[in-house]
Amino acid sequence: MDQLNSKVPQGKLEEKWDKYQANAKLINPANKRKLNIIVVGSGLAGAGAAATLAELGYHVDCFCFQDSPRRAHSVAAQGGINASKNYRHDGDSVWRMFYDTLKGGDFRSREANVYRLAQLSAPLIDHFTAQGVPFAREYGGVLSNRSFGGVQVERTFYARGQTGQQLLVAAYSQLSKMVEAKKVSMYTRHEMLELVVIDGKARGIITRNLVTGEIRAHNAHAVVLATGGYSRVFRLSTLAIGCNGSAIWKAHKKGAFFAAPSFTQIHPTALPQSSESQSKLTLMSESLRNDGRIWVPKNKDEKRKANEIPEDQRDYYLERRYPSYGNLAPRDISSRAAKERIDAGHGVGPLKNAVYLDFKDAIKRLGIQTIKDRYGNLFSMYKKITGIDAYQEPMLISPAAHFSMGGLWVDYELMTTINGLYAIGEANYSDHGANRLGANSLLQASIDGYFILPNTINNYLADIVKEEVPSIDHPEFQKSINEVRAHIDRLLSIDGKKTVDHFHRELGNIMWKECAMSRNQEGLIHAISKIKDIKKDFWKEVKVTGHDKEFNQELEKALRLADFLELALLMCEDALQRNESCGAHFREEYQSSDGEAQRNDEDYSYVSAWKYLSEDKFELVREQLIFEYVKPTVRSYK
Amino acid sequence: MKINFKIWRQENIQTKGAFRDYQLDGINEDMSLLEAIDFLNEKLVLQGEKVIAFDYDCREGICGQCGIFVNGRAHGPHDNVTTCQVHMRSFKEGETIVLEPWRAKAFPIVKDLVVDRSAFDRIIQKGGFISAGTGSAPEANSILIGKKEADKAMDAAACIGCGACVATCKNSSASLFTASKINHLDHLPQGRIESYDRTISMVKQMELEDFGACSFTGGCEIECPQSISISQIARMNNLFMKALLKKE
Ligand SMILES: Cc1cc2nc3c(=O)[nH]c(=O)nc-3n(C[C@H](O)[C@H](O)[C@H](O)COP(=O)(O)OP(=O)(O)OC[C@H]3O[C@@H](n4cnc5c(N)ncnc54)[C@H](O)[C@@H]3O)c2cc1C
Ligand code: SF4
Ligand code: FES
Repeated sequence: MDQLNSKVPQGKLEEKWDKYQANAKLINPANKRKLNIIVVGSGLAGAGAAATLAELGYHVDCFCFQDSPRRAHSVAAQGGINASKNYRHDGDSVWRMFYDTLKGGDFRSREANVYRLAQLSAPLIDHFTAQGVPFAREYGGVLSNRSFGGVQVERTFYARGQTGQQLLVAAYSQLSKMVEAKKVSMYTRHEMLELVVIDGKARGIITRNLVTGEIRAHNAHAVVLATGGYSRVFRLSTLAIGCNGSAIWKAHKKGAFFAAPSFTQIHPTALPQSSESQSKLTLMSESLRNDGRIWVPKNKDEKRKANEIPEDQRDYYLERRYPSYGNLAPRDISSRAAKERIDAGHGVGPLKNAVYLDFKDAIKRLGIQTIKDRYGNLFSMYKKITGIDAYQEPMLISPAAHFSMGGLWVDYELMTTINGLYAIGEANYSDHGANRLGANSLLQASIDGYFILPNTINNYLADIVKEEVPSIDHPEFQKSINEVRAHIDRLLSIDGKKTVDHFHRELGNIMWKECAMSRNQEGLIHAISKIKDIKKDFWKEVKVTGHDKEFNQELEKALRLADFLELALLMCEDALQRNESCGAHFREEYQSSDGEAQRNDEDYSYVSAWKYLSEDKFELVREQLIFEYVKPTVRSYK
Repeated sequence: MKINFKIWRQENIQTKGAFRDYQLDGINEDMSLLEAIDFLNEKLVLQGEKVIAFDYDCREGICGQCGIFVNGRAHGPHDNVTTCQVHMRSFKEGETIVLEPWRAKAFPIVKDLVVDRSAFDRIIQKGGFISAGTGSAPEANSILIGKKEADKAMDAAACIGCGACVATCKNSSASLFTASKINHLDHLPQGRIESYDRTISMVKQMELEDFGACSFTGGCEIECPQSISISQIARMNNLFMKALLKKE
C-alpha cells in the first residue's frame, strides 16, 4: 500500500515555515537560467507563480485556454481576500485566523498548512498593495476591511465588487512584465490535454492550440498545475464556462492522487435557476450577508409580495437557528439551511427555489446611500439580470455549486504524488478542509503562487539540476501525442445523435441531486450507475461537428466533458466512502436530531487520497490528520 | 419567441466571411443572448453543421472575453453592458438580430464572431505594471492613500479589457483602454514613480498596433461596460504631454 508523506517540518507550529525555508536547498542563479518550468494556468495561482519563478531566474512556459491570461476565472471573485492584519483591533491574529479556518473546514485539513496560510496573509496584502491593487480605503488613507461569512472579525480586504479582477490584473501585469523580459513564454488559447511522466518524474505536457488545432509537446524540469476548480461538473455553477477538471484529471490518471474529490462548496447566495436553457448561475457576493437579512414566509402557500408580508409571518431562519452568527453563518450551514426551507415548501420565486435576501432594515438603519456605496454594483448587476430593483424589494437568492475543496493531493511543498508535479490554487486539495471560508481562496491561490511554490520548488530542482530533460522526441512524448490524437479522433468519429450539452445537462442533474448539498448511500449508488450509463451513451451517441485542425469549441467542450464523466464517478465514490458528515459533505444518515452535521473523528479524521487504478476503480489511501495544537471541537455557530 | 439571426460566418483569418440567416423558434425571454446562440448551436450540431464560434467565459459581465457587435452596437442594445449580460427580453418577437465580430485592423478575426485582442496584452507588456519584485513590499498602511484618490484609481482600474471601446470607435482607437491602464497606476503613489516612462511606451505601443487616433467622439464611454469616462483619455493626453516635456 502506498504511503503518503506530508513532509510537514518538525518543530513548533509558528516556526515550521521559517524552519522549512532555512533548510531548503538553494540553486545558484547561473543554474536557474538553465531550468525550465511549465506553469499551466494563469489565474492568481498560475500568474503569481509564473511571474515569481521568472523573477527568480527560471525560464517559464505558461499556458491558459482563454484569449488573455487576464481573464482566468480568478477575475470573477467579487467579495474579497482575507488577511489577519488586525487593523481594527477587533481581536484578530494569525492564531485566530488559523483557528477559524481549521474549524471552518471542519478539521479536515492539515494544521501546518492552515497555519502557514494565516501567517502569509498579512505580507500578501502588502505585496498586492505594492503592485497597485486599489484596495478600498478609509478617508484618512488606511486600508478598509469588512467581515465575511464564518468569522466574527473584520479581516476581509476588497476592491469594490472587483477584488478578484483587481488582484488578477496585478498578477497579470507582473506576468506581462516577465513576458516582455522574455523570461516567460505565454501560450494563450492553448489547452493542456496530457501530462508526460518519464521514469516517475513529470517532464512535460501535451497541448492543443485552440485556434489551429496543432497538437504539441512541451518539456520542462518541473510542471506546475494551476488550473482552478472543477465545479462545472455540475454544469450549472458559479464558475466560468471554460472551467474544467481536465488537467488535474489527466495527472490523476498518470499517478497523482486525488484528494477529497466530493468536497464541493455550495454557495448560499447565487441567483436562482430560471430555466433549463441556462448555461450558468450568477453569484451575488457573500458580502451582501453583512447587511442583508435572509428569510422565507412562514406560510407555505404565501401568495403576497415580499414587502406585503408582515414581520411576524417571516421566518428569519438563520437568525433563528444560529443566533450568534445569524446571517453570517458559514456557507455550508447557510446553504443547507436554505435547502431545508426550500425542500420544506417555503421557497419563493416563480420556481419556488429561492429565499429572500432583504435590505429593508439595513436601508432604514444606514440610509440608502451607504448601501449604494457598499453594494451598488451588485444591485445593478442584479437588476440587469432579473429586472428587479433590490432597493425596493428583497433579492431572490438560491444555493449553487461554487468551489472545489478537493483536488490533487499535495504535500507541504505543494508537490503531488508524482515527482516534479506541483498543484497550486484551487486545483489542489489543501488548506480549506471540508469547507472553505469566504475570501480564503483568493488568499490561498495567491500565496501558493507567489510565496510558497517559489520557495519549495528549488528543493526538487536542486536535485535534478544536472539531469538532462528528455527531449520532445523521447518515445514517451510521442506516445502521449498519439494518445491525444486518438482520443480526439475517436470523439469526432462517433457522429451520434446527441449534443455535448445534452450529456452535460444529464450529468449535472444527477450530480446536483445526489452529490451536492446532501448525500445518502442509496442516492450515491444510484448516481454511480447512472453516470456509467451516461458515459456509455456519450461515447456512443455524442455528435461533434467540424474537425480538429480548426477553432472548434464543440470539440473543446466534448474533451472536457469526457473527463468530467470520469471525475464524477470518483466524486460519488468518495462521498459514499465517508460515513460521516463534515463541512460541505452532509451525509443524511449522519445528522443530529435537530438536523446538524455529525462528524466522526474517531474513524474519519483523515484526508481521502485516491489512487487511479482503472476507469472505475480507485484505491483509497489515507493521510491521517494529527492535531497537535488544536483540539477538534464540534463546529457550532449557534 | 421567434427570432431571425443574421450572423457573420468566417472560417478563419485567411478566408472571406459573409452573413448567413438563421431562424430560431422556442427562445425564452429569460435567456441571455449567448444562451440563445448556444441554443442555435445545439440545433446546428444536430443538423451536422459547424457551430458558430463566439467568445465568452465568465458570463457574468466581468472577464471581458465576450464581445459581439449586435445590431450595429458593441455589446448590444444597452449602454454600458457586456454582451453576456444582454437578455432576450431586450428584443422583440420576430425581430432580426444582426451579429458580427468586432471590426478593427488591430483585432484580426479568428473565426466567425471571435477576434484576436492580443494587441491589448502587448500594450500592457510595455509598462502596464509596477516594477516591484515579490517579497519586497513595505507594510501596506505605511503609504497612505486618501479614499478619493484610491477611488479614482479604482474607477480607471475597472476596465475589463473587452475591446468595445475600439469596436465602437470610428477610428478604432484604443485610447480609452490605454488611458484607464495608465491612469489606474498613476493615481497610486506606488505606480506614479514610473508614470512618464510608462505613458510614453504604452502610447507608443498602442500606435504600433494599428489602433487609430482618438477624435473625442465619445462612443467608447457609452459602450464601455465599466462606464469608464472619456475624461480618462484627456488625463492620459495630459500625462503624455508632460512626459514628453520631461523627457526633453
Ligand atoms: C463567482 C466566484 C466568486 C468568487 N469570489 C471569491 C471571493 O470573493 N473571495 C475568494 O477568496 N474567492 C472567491 N472565489 C474563488 C476564487 O476566485 C478561486 O478559487 C480562485 O480564483 C482560483 O484561482 P486559481 O488560480 O486556482 O484558478 P483560476 O483563476 O480558475 O485559473 C485557472 C487557470 O488555468 C487555466 N487552465 C485550466 N485548465 C487548463 C488546461 N487544461 N490547459 C491550459 N490552461 C488551463 C485557465 O485558463 C486559467 O488560466 C470565487 C469564485 C467564483 C466562481
Ligand atoms: S475601456 Fe471599457 S470598453 Fe474599453 S476595453 Fe476597457 S472595459 Fe472594455
Ligand atoms: S463572458 Fe465574461 S464578460 Fe461576458
